[in-house]
Amino acid sequence: MTNLLADLPLDPLHAVLMIPAAAAAVLALLPGYWLAARLNFLAALATLFAALTLVAERPRPSSYLFVDDLNVVFIVLSTFVGFTTAVFSASYIAHEVEIGRLTPRHLRFYHAMYQTLMFAMNLALVANNIGLMWVAVELATLTTVLMVGIYRTHEALEAAWKYFILGSVGIALALFGTILVYMAARPVIGEGHDAMVWTALIEKAAGFSPELLNVAFVFLMLGYGTKVGLAPLHAWLPDAHAEGPTPISAVLSGLLLNVALYALLRFKMLLAANPAAIAPGPLMVTMGLVSLIFAGFMLYRRRDIKRMFAYSSIEHMGLITFAFGMGGALANFAGLLHMTMHSLTKSAIFFAVGHIAQVKGTQKLAEIRGLTSSHPVLGWGLVLGVVAIAGLPPLGIFMSEFLIVSSTFAREPLLAIPLVFGLLVALGALMLRVSEVAFGEPVGSTAPVEASYVPLFAHLALVAAAGIYLPAPLVAWFQSVARLLG
Amino acid sequence: MDRLLLDVAHMLAGGLVLTSFMLLYQDRMYALLNVFALHALVLSASVAWQAYIQQAPHLFVTAGIALVLKAMIIPVALHRVVARLGIHRTVETVVGIGPTMLAGMGLVALSMVVMLKATAAVDPLAREDLAFALSVVLLGLLMMVTRRNAVSQIVGFMSLENGLILAAAGAKGMPLVVEISVAFSVLVAFIVIGVFLFRIRERFDSLELKAMDDFRGERR
Repeated sequence: MTNLLADLPLDPLHAVLMIPAAAAAVLALLPGYWLAARLNFLAALATLFAALTLVAERPRPSSYLFVDDLNVVFIVLSTFVGFTTAVFSASYIAHEVEIGRLTPRHLRFYHAMYQTLMFAMNLALVANNIGLMWVAVELATLTTVLMVGIYRTHEALEAAWKYFILGSVGIALALFGTILVYMAARPVIGEGHDAMVWTALIEKAAGFSPELLNVAFVFLMLGYGTKVGLAPLHAWLPDAHAEGPTPISAVLSGLLLNVALYALLRFKMLLAANPAAIAPGPLMVTMGLVSLIFAGFMLYRRRDIKRMFAYSSIEHMGLITFAFGMGGALANFAGLLHMTMHSLTKSAIFFAVGHIAQVKGTQKLAEIRGLTSSHPVLGWGLVLGVVAIAGLPPLGIFMSEFLIVSSTFAREPLLAIPLVFGLLVALGALMLRVSEVAFGEPVGSTAPVEASYVPLFAHLALVAAAGIYLPAPLVAWFQSVARLLG
Repeated sequence: MDRLLLDVAHMLAGGLVLTSFMLLYQDRMYALLNVFALHALVLSASVAWQAYIQQAPHLFVTAGIALVLKAMIIPVALHRVVARLGIHRTVETVVGIGPTMLAGMGLVALSMVVMLKATAAVDPLAREDLAFALSVVLLGLLMMVTRRNAVSQIVGFMSLENGLILAAAGAKGMPLVVEISVAFSVLVAFIVIGVFLFRIRERFDSLELKAMDDFRGERR
């Protein structure tokens, strides 16, 4: 595959964008489920290979696209989860077609939108221009809105509408912040295109007007923060996760939230490069902590299994934002590791939940019982995923949470108290629910499932391996990124 | 720069803020849509004026999009939606008109204080333009929170978006303005099509968002 790419007149950077774009166009025209699902999967695999070659060779930054140590982490993670979700999606969608929830016309739309989403997310990650990045995030929002509403039920339409309105307000605020950053950069860099280019902005940030940057960051924090799902701007997230097809829930939680976080991190670096501007850290720490504790308590009241894990995503995005807000080499390293582990674990959980909801025919927690005896593989997969996401040792999330908590104790012991409190609250809720769902007398259908276990257990194996042993090159890589984040 | 050119630019931007206030107190659906068309018209004139004084021909494209799409096509489309759904009588408000107007004034004062203080280093044209634009954005947000009806929330969102286009046009030499205004138009078109195609009325019996809330997964 890599040889094939080398023969094409494409460098890997363009390939990361062109493969999904071309696949989206083909899939929009391709009838027939079998072929479309395979093609979706192959395109995602090819994109993953292109992303992996980016790790080794970095093309020179152009004024629109660039790759550096920071975004390559996000690109690799994004294309990897994009690929495994495509594998899961093939078996999930096959079942949806069988029971008639989706028609062939919907499927063409679904697959085309899946690849468009991959394109938009990769574009947002490699964009070297704050305007282009904004457009890409908007495109990603629109495609996910359409996918969330694909079932056309009351709940799906309401979720799509709510997501759409809140997401639009969020990206509108982000645009205002983007314009303000341009205004701050213009007197220093000069009019025109260069004043929106990341590489130029970071270099010259020290000379920007600090007041303007401060105001800009407030808008960017609120705008992109809505897309990250930080409380109190999270209201769209649980509905969008619960009502859309499960592969989309996995991609939303695992990837799209990260893309918005990436945008936030870039602007944080910009502010950090200007000594007179406010420190963005405290704002991120506050919003992160509020999200963490709020979502921890909200977990107790959930009755829908997908909504429950959506709240768990809010909790973890809060924790990651908190870690990056704390800053410093150790907290940044922990934040980056936690983000990676969360993406892998949460999408694995959604893979399991998707098959469970299909076999039980419901998403209500009260109607799902005794999974480990009726469907042992799925049930234990879910238990393992929840144990991982709750932060129990020896899995990967335990390690990243441990690093976040210990680095906070070392620097701001008072902040560590609410942090640990929030984590314990969430742990309690998750353990309570999973014990009900996984053990006891089976309720509902006990029919065997035709599930694809490979993506589920591949993710969980990676998370488990990371909890026990992190390879030295990976640690060195993340450490260099953590230093870059400041 | 010629004083007169600046004054006209300010008058148009100020006019947009004024029209935002007019949107706040409309209590009939058709009147609301007509005022929105006026809002888009003022925006279009304002952007065209910016294009003229900055000698930036690409901004005329943005002005043209605002004129054709937002001052004509979308209001007409929404008129038809409102007529077909029979919701033209009243605009349901969450808060009374009086408090809303007071809150609006507070927001404008806030945006003046914040922006004029933050942009001391920027040239006067862009400076006051940004302050006006932020006012329009905040008034749009206010309208979205104080209305219950989906169509008036859409109008609130579009007025918010007009404020952003004003800010982008005022930021001299900003690249991608046309692209961004196109991207935004796509977004707005999606909203309108959404109301049309998803037939929220049929699904929910009412365009009132409160009715939608009852369908939330939690209360199933």
